[in-house]
Amino acid sequence: MKQEKDFWFDVGPLNAIPPRGARTVKTPRREIAIFRTASDEVFALENRCPHKGGPLADGIVHGRKVACPLHNWIINLEDGEATGADKGCARSFPVKLENGRIYLDMSVAAAL
Amino acid sequence: MSQDDVSRRRKLLVLGNGMAAGRVLEELFARAPDRYDVTIFGAEPRVNYDRIMLSPVLAGEKKFDDIVVHDDAWYAKHNVDLRKGETVVAIDRAARNVRTHSGIVERYDDLIIATGSRPILIPVPGAELPGVVTFRDLDDVNAMLAAASGGGNAVVIGGGLLGLEAAAGLAANGMRTTVVHLMPTLMERQLDPNAAYLLQKAIEKRGIEVLTSANTNAILGDTHVTGVRLEDGRTLSADLVVMAVGIRPNIALAKEAGLEVKRGVIVDDLLRTSDENIFAVGECVEHRGQCYGLVAPLYEMAKTLAASLAGEQVSGYTGSATSTKLKVTGVDLFSAGDFSEGNENDEVVLRDPRRGIYKRVILRDNKIIGAVLYGDTADGSWYFDLLKKGADIAEMRDTLIFGQAYQGGVPMDPAAAIAALSEDAEICGCNGVCKGAISQAIITKGLTTIDDVRAQTKASSSCGQCTSKVESILKFTLGDSYSAAGRKAMCKCTDLTHEEVRGFIISKSLKSVPAVMQELGWKTSCGCPTCRPAMNYYLLCAWPGEYRDDAQSRYINERVHANIQKDGTFSIVPRMWGGVTTPDELRAIADVAERFNIKTVKVTGGQRIDLLGFKKSDLPAAWAQLNAAGLMSGAAYAKGLRTVKTCVGSEWCRFGTQDSTGLGIKLERFLCGSWTPAKLKLGVSGCPRNCAEATVKDIGIICVESGYDIHIAGAAGLHVRGTDLLGHVDTEEDAIEYVAAFMQLYREQAAYLERVWKWVEKYGLDRVRTEIMDDHDGRKALLERFQKSQLAVRRDPWAERAAGRELHEFTPLAALAPITAVAAE
Repeated sequence: MKQEKDFWFDVGPLNAIPPRGARTVKTPRREIAIFRTASDEVFALENRCPHKGGPLADGIVHGRKVACPLHNWIINLEDGEATGADKGCARSFPVKLENGRIYLDMSVAAAL
Repeated sequence: MSQDDVSRRRKLLVLGNGMAAGRVLEELFARAPDRYDVTIFGAEPRVNYDRIMLSPVLAGEKKFDDIVVHDDAWYAKHNVDLRKGETVVAIDRAARNVRTHSGIVERYDDLIIATGSRPILIPVPGAELPGVVTFRDLDDVNAMLAAASGGGNAVVIGGGLLGLEAAAGLAANGMRTTVVHLMPTLMERQLDPNAAYLLQKAIEKRGIEVLTSANTNAILGDTHVTGVRLEDGRTLSADLVVMAVGIRPNIALAKEAGLEVKRGVIVDDLLRTSDENIFAVGECVEHRGQCYGLVAPLYEMAKTLAASLAGEQVSGYTGSATSTKLKVTGVDLFSAGDFSEGNENDEVVLRDPRRGIYKRVILRDNKIIGAVLYGDTADGSWYFDLLKKGADIAEMRDTLIFGQAYQGGVPMDPAAAIAALSEDAEICGCNGVCKGAISQAIITKGLTTIDDVRAQTKASSSCGQCTSKVESILKFTLGDSYSAAGRKAMCKCTDLTHEEVRGFIISKSLKSVPAVMQELGWKTSCGCPTCRPAMNYYLLCAWPGEYRDDAQSRYINERVHANIQKDGTFSIVPRMWGGVTTPDELRAIADVAERFNIKTVKVTGGQRIDLLGFKKSDLPAAWAQLNAAGLMSGAAYAKGLRTVKTCVGSEWCRFGTQDSTGLGIKLERFLCGSWTPAKLKLGVSGCPRNCAEATVKDIGIICVESGYDIHIAGAAGLHVRGTDLLGHVDTEEDAIEYVAAFMQLYREQAAYLERVWKWVEKYGLDRVRTEIMDDHDGRKALLERFQKSQLAVRRDPWAERAAGRELHEFTPLAALAPITAVAAE
């Protein structure tokens, strides 16, 4: 039987992502953007803006938000919700940081 | 404990005599003074002392006696058998005894491992040389003091808490001290970049040199350290090198005894290791995945362990929130909890540039989750207390940042607050201008704008912090006749306009984004997508070659040197100088298009070829192939020179008056590279028939028999506008010089994202003409500054990336293949 912790996949070291930057993780079902804030917090969202599918990993990260590179929607990194007058939500995924490495919960990230 | 044991005292052995061990025993004796016979093995040849006070000892502010926690009398009073300088080398768990380096074997009922941690030595050549020390115990301090007595140079590797305290102590002892720090900002684990900027200023003010983003490559010297070499080739001379790059839990003993260890000795909430008679406490411990290097968590652990050893029912240790204070006299700094970026709507920031104060409290769900204070830390413990309690601060949010003393008042509307101020209230702290002087000047001199007030009273002309206050005074003095027209704040992070921010960057020599945000009182901690790219540009323009470009403040296109498309793929446009190409170039473009399965190959309006639909990860390979054919980035994504459109000119055209193609190529080669406020497109037409459509370009040249007419400020986009004639020059050389000087004027004066035509209308065509056509010295100076700005950037960004620069932009962090089924076991 698998233990719960086995679903945390090590996707790489924190320092592989620049502060205030993002990189993607390709999974069979979807591409996930992993964001690193200026103070080394990590967040994971599906790499698709709820507006027109823009790659959020390419946006400018500020605070706990990212500006979509296509039409500048501002997406909250914590829950994927669009901010301001815009309505929509990018799916967010459990991610954690341990001893300088980033772990993504594949039981969620690989599910439907 | 079994019933039989109750009658006799149990034997407690403590390995290590640091602060954690001392605190456990203190707590234990207070609870159950007669429960144990205690023996301590301490590696250091002295009693227990307050290790965190070593910095004041180094700085000469305290003596060793001042920092002793338990003197010999204390051990005697509690019947503790302290074996100073006796190191335990093995634990025999089956026999329940330990053996020391001198062969003593001692039995235990319960054992506490409090072996602490040791400084990390970075594995560089020369690390073992005499003169290289760490900063951990009194011996280290004595070694540093001995070295400092000879004066000379000290290099401290590590710009964290310990490194900075060591550096301050050495500087106070008269050494010329340099701090070498691997990360871009000091104390990056405890401070945000804003506070780190202030800290660096304060450290440098003491004459300590600070080198950030500096990686130590080797320690130099034959018999004694003589210097430090950095990775970039710089060498620093050094008579003393202090390594203060971090600590590592001492786990060897526990590991050899077969206890469970990871980074530290694994303990449960009762500080018990994997052996039920062995406990561990302090810096050697790993609890719930955390290792601690600060004193407060050690004390909390000690309390739990002592209570449990005393036989009390305890709820267990659950981990600690930590706070940090730097013990450098004259530097007030406090950091606690999660000081992360936060959400700019959920943080409160107060900056007072003149007094060097920065305070930031980070909130979530009306609770404080972190605080960073610099310059005034009086309320640090209050915030930390609210944080630990998880107190709801919704009621006091408006005044939270002013601290505990300001709670309970009624918040005021800022405009009303200004109106209520007395006439002699100081508005501008930098220049000492009071409210009365400003309103007086507005009335008597008929001032109507912020700039008028600045010119007449100097108020808000230094740091700009009081701009909104001055504006409020204008508003209520002038009433309805005040119009803020033309004054637009850069973004919601500041009250200043683009022009004002730029002006201050130069007048106050601000050279980094945190410097701009602090000295100009930014209202957010990390800016926004509007101000960050603008600041980045202004800094690049003001300090060419010196300011380091911040990729994360750039739009994706400029970061990856290609144009993002609606489906997330990218297009690329190679330079085609003056719109001229060759069969070889076209062949190379065709090959790349085929190899990468490019569906659309499009001729652009700027006489080049656009390849659309690249996957981002394919870009470096495509560029390498284009580079091999001599093609480079066309910067079709840049706020910089895009294209120079030309007609064929006198070489072929029967109407051509000059070599417009040749001039276009020369211009493109001379002007491409440096960044401009917005994109810049040129055209050169060989005769007034104007086939290159030069009169709707940002800069257009119309060749005529007598020379070259230089036109500026055309537009053919959302807005269509014919150019204005800037002036006429006789030679090609002049044409290039005047155009470059104009480009520099635009670079220095226009707001970020402001196209040429818009800026010229604002700046004034006559003023541009005077500065470029009439002021010959001024023009030469502009040209010189332009050339300087080009030095730093005239490299092909594609070639750099094809060679591996910023590879992280083009590759995924990870690619996880579908999980293959594994047979059930």
